[in-house]
Amino acid sequence: MAEVKLTNVNKVYPNGAHAVRGVNMEIADGEFIVFVGPSGCGKSTLLRMVAGLETVTEGDLHIDENRINDVSPAERNVAMVFQNYALYPHMTVRGNMSYGLKNRGDSKEEIEQKVIEAAKTLHIEDFLDRQPNQLSGGQRQRVAMGRAIVRNPKVFLFDEPLSNLDAKLRVQMRIEIKKLQRKMGVTSIYVTHDQTEAMTLADRLAVINNGQIEQMGKPIELYKDPKTLFVASFIGSPQINLMSAQYDGKILKSGTLEIDGFENLPVAEELVLGLRPEHLRIDTKGKLAMNIDLVEQHGADNLVYGTLEGAKNEDGEDLELCLRLNQDQEPSIGETITLSYDHTNALVFSKETGKRLI
Amino acid sequence: MLKLSWHTISGHLILILGAIFMTAPVWVAFMSSTHSAETLFREGLQAWPGGHFFENYNEVLFVEGGVMKRVTASMMLWNSLLLGLGFAIGKVVISTLAAYAIVYFRFRLAAPLFWVIFMTLLLPLEVRIIPSYEVVAGMGLLDTHTGLILPLIASATGTFYFRQFYKSVPEELLEAARLDGANAWQFFIDILVPISKTMIAAILIIMFVVGWNQYLWPLIMTTNEDNYTLVIGIKQIYQVLSEGGELPQFQKAYALTILATLPPVIVVLVFQSWFVKGLVESEK
Repeated sequence: MAEVKLTNVNKVYPNGAHAVRGVNMEIADGEFIVFVGPSGCGKSTLLRMVAGLETVTEGDLHIDENRINDVSPAERNVAMVFQNYALYPHMTVRGNMSYGLKNRGDSKEEIEQKVIEAAKTLHIEDFLDRQPNQLSGGQRQRVAMGRAIVRNPKVFLFDEPLSNLDAKLRVQMRIEIKKLQRKMGVTSIYVTHDQTEAMTLADRLAVINNGQIEQMGKPIELYKDPKTLFVASFIGSPQINLMSAQYDGKILKSGTLEIDGFENLPVAEELVLGLRPEHLRIDTKGKLAMNIDLVEQHGADNLVYGTLEGAKNEDGEDLELCLRLNQDQEPSIGETITLSYDHTNALVFSKETGKRLI
Repeated sequence: MLKLSWHTISGHLILILGAIFMTAPVWVAFMSSTHSAETLFREGLQAWPGGHFFENYNEVLFVEGGVMKRVTASMMLWNSLLLGLGFAIGKVVISTLAAYAIVYFRFRLAAPLFWVIFMTLLLPLEVRIIPSYEVVAGMGLLDTHTGLILPLIASATGTFYFRQFYKSVPEELLEAARLDGANAWQFFIDILVPISKTMIAAILIIMFVVGWNQYLWPLIMTTNEDNYTLVIGIKQIYQVLSEGGELPQFQKAYALTILATLPPVIVVLVFQSWFVKGLVESEK
């Protein structure tokens, strides 16, 4: 049970790389926080600083009332699950789980009892005497989690723990991690680059870009109300459709395409209009004409890809558009359909600053 | 039906010839060691067993010989064993520790230091034998087991092997151990040594054989017959042969040779599977 507080945390590597830039964050007791961002954005560095595996160049880290900048990793009472599991290959599952307890000086009976208990929680009690190389990827991941929970830490840290699993197992383990965290009520920080994982796991989500927090909030807030172009494009799958546009005082123009219904936008500034695939619909009176290139059938819904006539993307090329339809709507390839959109859901950003305008 | 193609036949033929070529000298030495000195002197090397097996080996092993008539083969066997084991264990201990320091402790000059160690490969014992002797003599360690072993245990090869191995151990293992409260020493003993045990075994075996076969250093180091190793003993026996007016004791020389060959052969045979595993497999 712990609160974690990061105050103006910075990380500068000896080679001058500024990996984390002034991060402020307060994590409540029992909260599940996910750091998401592209690779190299500093999210793992931030996590490893909390773990004590990286030093803090500037700023303060607190767990509860204690400043932990200079506390050794073991004494911070945090547990970490690594992407490659990092199980000790020569020890049995039991050995792996009890190693930390042994170093802490717990008694044998105590260790055995804690290990059995944790193993039951994770359904690995049958494997206790096996070695990691006799286990499947999913089982290894469970053991890695067992090693974390057996110590009853104040904070759980997950560093892309599901990236090495296949897609089906990933979904399954994702659900289990969430359930486990709910049940144990341990404050958790989870790093991933997978936005689906981020959305589904997080109580609150921190989108990190270039060492800074772009936006932090509940997943659905970030989805509906992104403050920046980066957040809008990072959250949501399939990705939001972005078209470059200019406002002439009355009408928003992208290439030769005219889009009405917008007011109070800055004139003579490069803008970006964002429309999510699910906010577009087929409408015979619609003004957006789309030439269909590809239809992906996902079962429950169909994703339709094509070019939007006249419109340009951010790089000035013809706009590739993605549209989400129900399974019963299946336009054929080569067909041109007309679309309308929902003004209330349209997002407009300044191209230069990346800030959201509408 | 077994089908024999020309490939199999010629392949086997080459292998069999090779095997005979390799083992024939050992066979001849072994057979000659079972004959009496007179037979050998009169008829030369023997290809078939003679009747003096027990007599010869008993004499070599337990009857004191040498210039001072004080040294037996069992004694030399013991000295060789000490040298082989001390050499191998010393090398493994030193090189695992050195590699651990180089890979896991980011101290300044770690890389240059490694290359300095590596460059000592260019300076084998034979090149630095006089200064080494000086140092050992200065420390008063001449004619002692310590003096025999100590100057040999620094190992560039071993350090290099272990360094490569440790570099391939995932970083996360160290981090997991740190979070589990292990200090540097515990990580080394609890994690690193066990996961490199096949590698350690392989290096131990190689180094044991190398140590066992050391010739020049023990030759220079030991003047007291009590400290002779088997390899030196063989040389001494031949020396006695050429000096004394007695009948040359070739059978003893051959018996010693066979005795000197045995331990390395046994070690390699027994630990063969470990040996191959250690060199081939990287179990992580």
